[in-house]
Amino acid sequence: MSQSYGMTVAAPHTTTSNNPGRIMTLVMLALAPATFYGFWLYGWPAFFLWAITVASAMLGEAFCLRWQNRSAAPVLQDGSAILTGWLLAVSLPPWAPWWIGVFGGLFATMLGKQAFGGLGQNLFNPAMVARVALLISFPVQMTAWVAPLPMFSAGAPGMLDGLLIVLKGMPQSLDAVTSATTLGFGKTELSRGIDLLESLPHAPALSFIGNRPGSLGETAAWLILAGGVATMFLRIITWHIPLAMLAGIAIPAAILHAVDPARYLDMGAHLLSGGAMLGAFFIATDYVTSPNSPRGQLIFGFGCGALTYVIRTWAGYPEGVAFAVLLMNSLTPIIDTYFKPRIYGRDRKGKPLQTAN
Amino acid sequence: MGFLDRFLNKPSWGVHPDDHKRPGADVPLRVLPTPERVYMPLSQHVGGAARPIVLVGQKVLKGQLIAEAQGNISAPIHASVSGTVTAIGDVTAPHPSGLPFKAITIDSDGLDRWVANPLADPFSVAPEEVARRAALGGVVGLGGATFPSAVKFALGKRLKVSTLIVNGGECEPYLSSDDRIMRDFADQVVDGARLVMYAIGASEALVGIEDNKPEAIAAMRKAAEPYPEVKIRPVPARYPMGSDKQLIQTLTGKEVPSDARAAEVGVLVHNVSTCAAVHKAVRLGQPLVERIVTINGGAIANPGNVFVPLGTMIGEVLAFVGLKEAPSRLILGGPMMGTPLLHDRIPIVKGASGILAFNAAEAMVPEAGPCIRCGSCTKACPMGLLPLEMAARIKVGDLEGAEAYALQDCISCGCCAYVCPSHIPLVQYFSHAKGELTAAERTKLRTEATKRLAEAKAARIERENREKAEAAARRKAERDAAKAATAAPPVTTEKQGVSA
Repeated sequence: MSQSYGMTVAAPHTTTSNNPGRIMTLVMLALAPATFYGFWLYGWPAFFLWAITVASAMLGEAFCLRWQNRSAAPVLQDGSAILTGWLLAVSLPPWAPWWIGVFGGLFATMLGKQAFGGLGQNLFNPAMVARVALLISFPVQMTAWVAPLPMFSAGAPGMLDGLLIVLKGMPQSLDAVTSATTLGFGKTELSRGIDLLESLPHAPALSFIGNRPGSLGETAAWLILAGGVATMFLRIITWHIPLAMLAGIAIPAAILHAVDPARYLDMGAHLLSGGAMLGAFFIATDYVTSPNSPRGQLIFGFGCGALTYVIRTWAGYPEGVAFAVLLMNSLTPIIDTYFKPRIYGRDRKGKPLQTAN
Repeated sequence: MGFLDRFLNKPSWGVHPDDHKRPGADVPLRVLPTPERVYMPLSQHVGGAARPIVLVGQKVLKGQLIAEAQGNISAPIHASVSGTVTAIGDVTAPHPSGLPFKAITIDSDGLDRWVANPLADPFSVAPEEVARRAALGGVVGLGGATFPSAVKFALGKRLKVSTLIVNGGECEPYLSSDDRIMRDFADQVVDGARLVMYAIGASEALVGIEDNKPEAIAAMRKAAEPYPEVKIRPVPARYPMGSDKQLIQTLTGKEVPSDARAAEVGVLVHNVSTCAAVHKAVRLGQPLVERIVTINGGAIANPGNVFVPLGTMIGEVLAFVGLKEAPSRLILGGPMMGTPLLHDRIPIVKGASGILAFNAAEAMVPEAGPCIRCGSCTKACPMGLLPLEMAARIKVGDLEGAEAYALQDCISCGCCAYVCPSHIPLVQYFSHAKGELTAAERTKLRTEATKRLAEAKAARIERENREKAEAAARRKAERDAAKAATAAPPVTTEKQGVSA
């Protein structure tokens, strides 16, 4: 017997069943509990904003692909545009108007990602690029926080009212629900000369459970932590970046708070505030824009954390995760160049090991 | 991963593909009936091809030398059946190119008459004699590298290697020929290992066997019981555990420097099947003419191991075990590093540990996508390289850039391409770049050699011209002197002598 097999293919002749779509889906599943908690905590407007942002991110990606005469469907199926939109949505104020979501979603995938050449090519985290663009362009809408008003509770907007809030803006009658975050409140009061010891008792309470004003999906620290740990067990991310980033925030916070509690917030407030948890587990760990070697990841993560602390404490913005991540993203190629893993049979500098004899 | 793996006492490198070894590995060894005709390739090893010493029409016995080693690194070829030499010509080589190479065709007489030269007590002769007998028996590394074993013995002896590592890792999925040899011929493997130790002067042998082969471990422990210097060491089942460098590291904790050979850190690695072949060649005087080949894959009706004379056409072996369906891909070796074959009219060679016939599902090649920089490849790489960075550079033609990332340290194990979620054919990139760089290096050397020769020629011509001119001048002077001597009176001779 004899048979011809035509074109030969290179080894290996077997491959993993893993694929980008699976990775993105698992990350989204890990992110889902915190997001659903956000929907519940802030009601229907939050859900609609999320849907609009995700749809816009997908639209932006599809548009760019069609523009290049590529078919959009197979690329959209990898889930990365959905995840980008999702990450942006959970970092937005939950009752932000629809056009914030549309602008942000389109900006994220079109300028944050496709302009660089698509998946894997972008230097900066697309969701954070969009968030920073929004924050600089529309500071009022991007810092309009609402107090928790759980879905189905008394006074919470129903489904239709929720849609109207997103589409037409916040009605006057609900103005009372606007609130401030701990970081923002503390900063404002400090700028008015009132120290933290005096102002903090009046600040909205922080909560590990997540019942506080803040971005759509970043308040439930425990759900984010659970999702993050799940992705670690699924071997999607490693512990290096999250742990280093949290340490980068916690260490300076603990030291400076011990030095002057009237001027510096305590460690717990820093870790539970703003996007610290979400940033550590879901934003900074983005594959494309973070370093590859474990040592590089530790440096990157710590840098994200420390810069977040610096921006929160001394810069003009009360929150700094997005800026910190973008700044560290720009350092990723340099970190990757200088912190490579040691090669078998070579020392850290790449020189062959010495033999005894 | 690293942290978790250290905690679980597992290597942090490599991959763990579904091994597909069973049920094939558990099926008793089958013996292929002597084929009617065999094709003995002259190049079944690393190094120079063997030189035929038989003529067409000549009768040969099984085990008779038919082609002798040529050069320092080479191995002889012996007849794998008794019969008549009918041709010395081309057959397709087991190489993806499908190019032909030379082989000696022997028509079997069906009698399998052996010519063998046993040695009752090899430990009573000099170690060099053991090495010589292994070399004469055509023993080469059967793990796939096919490096002539005796050359390695000499190297080990020269560098005073103390530890022999016997490689029973067999980390490639689907393959179980080493497993089978350890289960069925453990005594031969242990005796072969002791002979190798004797030949290189090692004081101990560490037999590394992946812990997914408990039967082989048990059989080897039993066989090695009388010899405390032969230590059976189960190692975690992790691809590429069977790679020299990784097995050495796992068993001894030593790392082979990137510019050195294993022997330079005091160890030498030989495969279990090679040890059995050494036993046969040295003690029984039977050259390497047969081997166990794993026949596996989704298209095979009854996967398992077959004892096959070298030179048998792959198609005949496949027909013997039976095909369920027409294979969609045929591979020589394992799925991680094996060679794809163009067709099955290719002879079994010394390094053929397995033939895989994949069905359509197994042969499916997923479409490659963009790199998402997930870093899976860097975690899997047993050499600690950065496949994603190298591939990114090779993709844009920056081969020197890839070389700066130690591309030449890549062992082509395929871990990176295996784990890549975007299914990027990374090994293909690396093989391409290595080939291009080697070709460029060769061209450079050739250009330099040409330049050197051209310069030497120019210098020689110049020197010759100068010498010619000098000689002409001298002759002219002599002529002038002679003329002057004949013309002028003898008193002026002194003056001329000074001026000359």
